[in-house]
Amino acid sequence: MTENIEKIKTEIEIKLDEKFKGAGLLFWEDNGLEFIYTPAKFYYKVVEYLKNEFKFNLLTDLFGADYLNYPVPLPDNNRFEVIAQLYSTVANKKIFIKSYYPENEPETDSLTSLYPGANWFEREIFDMYGIKFKNHPNLKRILMYEGFAGHPLRKDYDIKKRQPIIGPEN
Amino acid sequence: MGLESMFGENIITTQINELVNWSRKYSLYPMPFGTACCAIEYMASVGSHYDISRFGAEVVRFSPRQSDLIIVAGTISHKLAPVLKNIYDQMLEPKWVISMGACASSGGFYDNYATVQGIDTIIPVDVYIPGCPPRPEAIIGAIIKIMEKINKDTVLRYESKEN
Repeated sequence: MTENIEKIKTEIEIKLDEKFKGAGLLFWEDNGLEFIYTPAKFYYKVVEYLKNEFKFNLLTDLFGADYLNYPVPLPDNNRFEVIAQLYSTVANKKIFIKSYYPENEPETDSLTSLYPGANWFEREIFDMYGIKFKNHPNLKRILMYEGFAGHPLRKDYDIKKRQPIIGPEN
Repeated sequence: MGLESMFGENIITTQINELVNWSRKYSLYPMPFGTACCAIEYMASVGSHYDISRFGAEVVRFSPRQSDLIIVAGTISHKLAPVLKNIYDQMLEPKWVISMGACASSGGFYDNYATVQGIDTIIPVDVYIPGCPPRPEAIIGAIIKIMEKINKDTVLRYESKEN
Protein backbone atom coordinates (compact mmCIF):
# COMPACT_ATOMS: atom_id res chain seq x y z
CA MET A 1 0.00 0.00 0.00
CA THR A 2 2.73 2.43 0.97
CA GLU A 3 4.57 1.66 -2.21
CA ASN A 4 1.47 2.50 -4.21
CA ILE A 5 1.17 5.92 -2.57
CA GLU A 6 4.83 6.68 -3.21
CA LYS A 7 4.43 5.70 -6.81
CA ILE A 8 1.38 7.86 -7.37
CA LYS A 9 3.00 10.81 -5.67
CA THR A 10 6.06 10.84 -7.85
CA GLU A 11 3.92 10.23 -10.88
CA ILE A 12 1.81 13.29 -10.10
CA GLU A 13 4.87 15.49 -9.75
CA ILE A 14 6.47 14.24 -12.91
CA LYS A 15 3.35 14.42 -15.03
CA LEU A 16 2.32 17.84 -13.77
CA ASP A 17 5.80 19.20 -14.39
CA GLU A 18 5.65 17.79 -17.88
CA LYS A 19 2.17 19.09 -18.65
CA PHE A 20 2.56 22.56 -17.10
CA LYS A 21 6.12 23.32 -18.06
CA GLY A 22 7.19 26.81 -17.02
CA ALA A 23 3.94 27.45 -15.15
CA GLY A 24 5.78 27.77 -11.87
CA LEU A 25 4.13 24.96 -9.96
CA LEU A 26 5.64 24.21 -6.57
CA PHE A 27 5.39 20.91 -4.73
CA TRP A 28 6.10 20.09 -1.14
CA GLU A 29 5.15 17.72 1.59
CA ASP A 30 4.38 18.54 5.19
CA ASN A 31 3.39 16.04 7.89
CA GLY A 32 2.46 13.49 5.26
CA LEU A 33 0.22 15.96 3.40
CA GLU A 34 1.04 16.99 -0.12
CA PHE A 35 0.67 20.49 -1.48
CA ILE A 36 0.76 21.99 -4.94
CA TYR A 37 1.21 25.73 -5.27
CA THR A 38 -0.18 27.05 -8.53
CA PRO A 39 -0.66 30.55 -9.99
CA ALA A 40 -4.31 31.50 -10.42
CA LYS A 41 -4.04 31.11 -14.20
CA PHE A 42 -3.45 27.35 -13.99
CA TYR A 43 -5.64 26.57 -10.97
CA TYR A 44 -8.62 25.21 -12.92
CA LYS A 45 -6.46 23.28 -15.39
CA VAL A 46 -4.42 21.63 -12.64
CA VAL A 47 -7.54 20.51 -10.81
CA GLU A 48 -9.11 19.27 -14.03
CA TYR A 49 -5.95 17.36 -14.90
CA LEU A 50 -5.74 15.79 -11.45
CA LYS A 51 -9.38 14.76 -11.61
CA ASN A 52 -9.15 13.18 -15.03
CA GLU A 53 -5.67 11.65 -14.88
CA PHE A 54 -5.31 10.62 -11.24
CA LYS A 55 -8.95 9.94 -10.31
CA PHE A 56 -9.21 12.61 -7.64
CA ASN A 57 -12.95 12.21 -7.73
CA LEU A 58 -13.93 13.92 -4.48
CA LEU A 59 -13.64 17.57 -3.51
CA THR A 60 -13.41 17.32 0.29
CA ASP A 61 -12.86 21.00 1.06
CA LEU A 62 -12.51 24.39 -0.56
CA PHE A 63 -11.72 27.53 1.38
CA GLY A 64 -9.92 30.86 1.31
CA ALA A 65 -7.27 32.66 3.32
CA ASP A 66 -6.09 36.24 3.68
CA TYR A 67 -2.33 36.79 4.04
CA LEU A 68 -2.40 40.52 4.76
CA ASN A 69 0.52 41.42 7.07
CA TYR A 70 1.46 37.78 7.35
CA PRO A 71 5.13 37.32 8.29
CA VAL A 72 5.78 34.98 5.37
CA PRO A 73 4.31 36.67 2.28
CA LEU A 74 2.82 34.78 -0.64
CA PRO A 75 4.71 34.62 -3.95
CA ASP A 76 4.67 37.90 -5.95
CA ASN A 77 3.19 39.76 -2.97
CA ASN A 78 -0.20 38.19 -3.54
CA ARG A 79 -2.72 38.55 -0.78
CA PHE A 80 -5.39 35.87 -1.05
CA GLU A 81 -5.22 32.14 -1.29
CA VAL A 82 -7.82 29.59 -2.37
CA ILE A 83 -7.13 26.10 -1.07
CA ALA A 84 -8.79 23.04 -2.57
CA GLN A 85 -8.47 19.64 -0.97
CA LEU A 86 -8.98 16.71 -3.30
CA TYR A 87 -9.36 13.09 -2.39
CA SER A 88 -9.09 10.01 -4.53
CA THR A 89 -11.31 7.14 -3.43
CA VAL A 90 -9.47 4.97 -5.94
CA ALA A 91 -5.94 5.51 -4.62
CA ASN A 92 -6.99 6.55 -1.06
CA LYS A 93 -5.00 9.73 -1.39
CA LYS A 94 -5.34 13.37 -0.42
CA ILE A 95 -3.85 16.42 -2.07
CA PHE A 96 -4.02 20.17 -1.51
CA ILE A 97 -4.03 22.65 -4.37
CA LYS A 98 -3.22 26.19 -3.31
CA SER A 99 -3.60 29.14 -5.65
CA TYR A 100 -2.84 32.78 -4.90
CA TYR A 101 -4.49 36.05 -5.93
CA PRO A 102 -3.66 39.76 -5.89
CA GLU A 103 -5.35 42.33 -3.67
CA ASN A 104 -7.17 44.06 -6.53
CA GLU A 105 -10.04 42.14 -8.11
CA PRO A 106 -9.11 38.61 -7.16
CA GLU A 107 -10.76 36.32 -9.68
CA THR A 108 -10.50 32.69 -10.72
CA ASP A 109 -12.37 29.92 -12.51
CA SER A 110 -15.19 28.09 -10.77
CA LEU A 111 -14.79 24.38 -10.08
CA THR A 112 -18.54 23.76 -10.28
CA SER A 113 -18.24 22.22 -13.75
CA LEU A 114 -15.88 19.59 -12.31
CA TYR A 115 -17.36 19.18 -8.84
CA PRO A 116 -20.97 20.34 -8.36
CA GLY A 117 -20.30 20.44 -4.61
CA ALA A 118 -18.00 23.42 -5.09
CA ASN A 119 -21.05 25.63 -5.59
CA TRP A 120 -21.68 26.62 -1.97
CA PHE A 121 -18.00 26.54 -0.99
CA GLU A 122 -17.26 29.13 -3.64
CA ARG A 123 -20.21 31.23 -2.58
CA GLU A 124 -18.81 31.22 0.94
CA ILE A 125 -15.35 32.25 -0.26
CA PHE A 126 -16.94 35.02 -2.30
CA ASP A 127 -18.98 36.11 0.71
CA MET A 128 -16.09 36.11 3.19
CA TYR A 129 -13.15 37.22 1.03
CA GLY A 130 -14.62 38.77 -2.11
CA ILE A 131 -12.85 36.41 -4.49
CA LYS A 132 -14.90 36.09 -7.67
CA PHE A 133 -15.44 32.83 -9.52
CA LYS A 134 -15.94 32.90 -13.26
CA ASN A 135 -18.64 30.62 -14.73
CA HIS A 136 -20.25 30.10 -11.33
CA PRO A 137 -24.01 29.42 -11.77
CA ASN A 138 -25.19 31.48 -8.80
CA LEU A 139 -22.47 33.64 -7.28
CA LYS A 140 -24.09 35.59 -4.45
CA ARG A 141 -23.71 35.83 -0.69
CA ILE A 142 -24.49 32.65 1.23
CA LEU A 143 -23.94 33.49 4.91
CA MET A 144 -24.28 37.25 5.20
CA TYR A 145 -27.49 39.04 4.31
CA GLU A 146 -28.25 41.10 1.23
CA GLY A 147 -27.04 44.63 1.66
CA PHE A 148 -24.06 43.66 3.79
CA ALA A 149 -21.12 45.80 2.73
CA GLY A 150 -17.61 44.38 2.59
CA HIS A 151 -16.20 40.95 3.25
CA PRO A 152 -15.94 40.13 6.96
CA LEU A 153 -13.06 37.63 6.98
CA ARG A 154 -10.67 40.02 5.26
CA LYS A 155 -7.99 41.07 7.72
CA ASP A 156 -8.69 44.75 7.10
CA TYR A 157 -12.40 44.43 7.95
CA ASP A 158 -12.69 46.27 11.27
CA ILE A 159 -13.36 43.79 14.07
CA LYS A 160 -15.66 46.29 15.80
CA LYS A 161 -17.70 47.05 12.70
CA ARG A 162 -21.39 46.12 12.96
CA GLN A 163 -24.03 46.21 10.23
CA PRO A 164 -27.33 45.18 11.82
CA ILE A 165 -30.51 45.00 9.74
CA ILE A 166 -32.65 46.08 12.68
CA GLY A 167 -31.84 47.37 16.14
CA PRO A 168 -29.12 49.79 17.19
CA GLU A 169 -25.52 49.62 15.99
CA ASN A 170 -23.99 47.50 18.68
CA MET B 1 -65.73 35.00 54.37
CA GLY B 2 -69.04 35.55 55.91
CA LEU B 3 -70.48 35.95 52.44
CA GLU B 4 -69.11 32.64 51.18
CA SER B 5 -70.87 30.71 53.92
CA MET B 6 -74.15 32.00 52.54
CA PHE B 7 -73.40 30.69 48.99
CA GLY B 8 -72.84 27.12 49.99
CA GLU B 9 -69.99 24.84 48.97
CA ASN B 10 -69.93 25.49 45.22
CA ILE B 11 -69.02 29.17 45.13
CA ILE B 12 -65.95 31.05 46.30
CA THR B 13 -65.29 34.76 46.13
CA THR B 14 -62.00 36.29 44.97
CA GLN B 15 -60.61 39.24 43.05
CA ILE B 16 -60.57 39.14 39.27
CA ASN B 17 -56.82 39.85 39.21
CA GLU B 18 -56.15 36.93 41.50
CA LEU B 19 -58.23 34.59 39.36
CA VAL B 20 -56.80 35.64 36.00
CA ASN B 21 -53.21 35.71 37.21
CA TRP B 22 -53.65 32.30 38.82
CA SER B 23 -54.84 30.80 35.55
CA ARG B 24 -52.19 32.60 33.49
CA LYS B 25 -49.24 31.62 35.58
CA TYR B 26 -50.12 27.94 35.78
CA SER B 27 -50.85 27.56 32.07
CA LEU B 28 -47.88 29.12 30.33
CA TYR B 29 -47.54 28.00 26.72
CA PRO B 30 -43.86 28.39 25.93
CA MET B 31 -42.50 28.70 22.44
CA PRO B 32 -38.85 27.70 22.12
CA PHE B 33 -36.83 29.84 19.72
CA GLY B 34 -33.89 27.46 19.84
CA THR B 35 -30.86 28.18 17.69
CA ALA B 36 -28.00 26.57 19.62
CA CYS B 37 -27.02 24.25 22.46
CA CYS B 38 -29.29 26.12 24.91
CA ALA B 39 -32.23 24.56 23.06
CA ILE B 40 -30.93 21.08 23.91
CA GLU B 41 -30.76 22.10 27.55
CA TYR B 42 -34.30 23.41 27.31
CA MET B 43 -35.42 20.02 25.95
CA ALA B 44 -33.87 18.42 29.03
CA SER B 45 -35.93 20.64 31.27
CA VAL B 46 -39.11 19.64 29.43
CA GLY B 47 -38.20 15.98 29.76
CA SER B 48 -39.36 13.77 32.58
CA HIS B 49 -36.32 14.21 34.81
CA TYR B 50 -36.69 17.96 35.39
CA ASP B 51 -40.25 18.16 34.08
CA ILE B 52 -41.48 21.74 33.82
CA SER B 53 -45.02 20.38 33.64
CA ARG B 54 -44.83 20.50 37.44
CA PHE B 55 -45.14 24.27 36.93
CA GLY B 56 -47.76 24.06 34.20
CA ALA B 57 -45.44 25.13 31.36
CA GLU B 58 -45.05 21.86 29.51
CA VAL B 59 -47.33 22.45 26.50
CA VAL B 60 -44.70 23.60 24.02
CA ARG B 61 -46.18 25.33 20.99
CA PHE B 62 -44.22 25.99 17.85
CA SER B 63 -46.59 28.67 16.67
CA PRO B 64 -46.23 32.17 18.10
CA ARG B 65 -49.99 32.66 17.82
CA GLN B 66 -50.65 29.86 20.29
CA SER B 67 -48.03 30.73 22.89
CA ASP B 68 -47.56 33.42 25.49
CA LEU B 69 -43.95 32.83 26.53
CA ILE B 70 -41.06 32.87 24.07
CA ILE B 71 -37.80 31.32 25.21
CA VAL B 72 -34.96 32.61 23.07
CA ALA B 73 -32.37 29.88 23.46
CA GLY B 74 -29.20 30.42 21.50
CA THR B 75 -27.13 32.75 19.38
CA ILE B 76 -29.08 35.27 17.31
CA SER B 77 -27.32 36.58 14.23
CA HIS B 78 -28.11 39.87 12.53
CA LYS B 79 -29.58 37.89 9.66
CA LEU B 80 -32.01 36.17 12.02
CA ALA B 81 -32.90 39.29 14.02
CA PRO B 82 -35.81 40.39 11.79
CA VAL B 83 -37.28 36.88 12.05
CA LEU B 84 -37.19 36.98 15.84
CA LYS B 85 -38.79 40.42 15.87
CA ASN B 86 -41.48 39.22 13.47
CA ILE B 87 -42.27 36.18 15.61
CA TYR B 88 -42.41 38.29 18.76
CA ASP B 89 -44.81 40.69 17.05
CA GLN B 90 -47.06 37.78 16.05
CA MET B 91 -47.56 36.68 19.65
CA LEU B 92 -50.75 37.81 21.34
CA GLU B 93 -50.87 39.83 24.54
CA PRO B 94 -50.15 39.07 27.29
CA LYS B 95 -46.69 37.79 26.38
CA TRP B 96 -43.40 37.27 28.14
CA VAL B 97 -39.83 36.74 26.99
CA ILE B 98 -37.04 34.68 28.52
CA SER B 99 -33.53 35.32 27.21
CA MET B 100 -31.77 32.06 27.82
CA GLY B 101 -28.00 31.81 28.07
CA ALA B 102 -25.05 34.09 27.48
CA CYS B 103 -25.47 34.36 23.69
CA ALA B 104 -29.08 35.51 23.69
CA SER B 105 -28.52 37.84 26.64
CA SER B 106 -25.33 39.56 25.56
CA GLY B 107 -23.90 37.87 22.47
CA GLY B 108 -21.69 35.75 24.71
CA PHE B 109 -18.20 35.30 23.32
CA TYR B 110 -19.47 35.94 19.79
CA ASP B 111 -18.33 39.56 19.77
CA ASN B 112 -18.13 39.67 15.99
CA TYR B 113 -19.65 40.98 12.78
CA ALA B 114 -22.47 38.44 12.67
CA THR B 115 -23.98 38.25 16.14
CA VAL B 116 -26.60 40.41 17.86
CA GLN B 117 -25.12 41.64 21.15
CA GLY B 118 -28.15 40.78 23.26
CA ILE B 119 -31.73 40.29 22.06
CA ASP B 120 -32.87 43.16 24.29
CA THR B 121 -31.67 45.42 21.48
CA ILE B 122 -34.56 44.00 19.39
CA ILE B 123 -37.37 42.85 21.73
CA PRO B 124 -38.18 43.52 25.42
CA VAL B 125 -36.93 40.80 27.77
CA ASP B 126 -38.53 39.86 31.09
CA VAL B 127 -36.05 37.37 32.54
CA TYR B 128 -32.42 36.68 31.66
CA ILE B 129 -30.84 33.31 32.42
CA PRO B 130 -27.04 33.35 32.80
CA GLY B 131 -24.94 30.34 31.89
CA CYS B 132 -23.39 28.71 28.87
CA PRO B 133 -25.60 26.76 28.62
CA PRO B 134 -27.75 27.16 31.74
CA ARG B 135 -28.79 24.07 33.67
CA PRO B 136 -32.44 22.96 33.63
CA GLU B 137 -32.78 24.17 37.25
CA ALA B 138 -31.99 27.67 36.01
CA ILE B 139 -34.73 27.41 33.39
CA ILE B 140 -37.22 26.33 36.04
CA GLY B 141 -36.02 29.23 38.18
CA ALA B 142 -36.67 31.62 35.30
CA ILE B 143 -40.18 30.24 34.79
CA ILE B 144 -40.90 30.78 38.50
CA LYS B 145 -39.60 34.36 38.13
CA ILE B 146 -42.03 34.82 35.23
CA MET B 147 -44.82 33.47 37.46
CA GLU B 148 -43.93 36.00 40.14
CA LYS B 149 -44.05 38.72 37.53
CA ILE B 150 -47.46 37.53 36.29
CA ASN B 151 -48.70 37.61 39.89
CA LYS B 152 -48.02 41.35 40.04
CA ASP B 153 -49.84 41.93 36.78
CA THR B 154 -53.30 43.39 36.50
CA VAL B 155 -56.14 42.72 34.15
CA LEU B 156 -57.35 46.29 34.01
CA ARG B 157 -55.17 48.32 31.71
CA TYR B 158 -55.49 51.60 33.62
CA GLU B 159 -54.26 49.94 36.79
CA SER B 160 -51.15 48.68 35.08
CA LYS B 161 -47.97 50.52 35.99
CA GLU B 162 -46.66 50.36 32.47
CA ASN B 163 -49.60 52.16 30.86
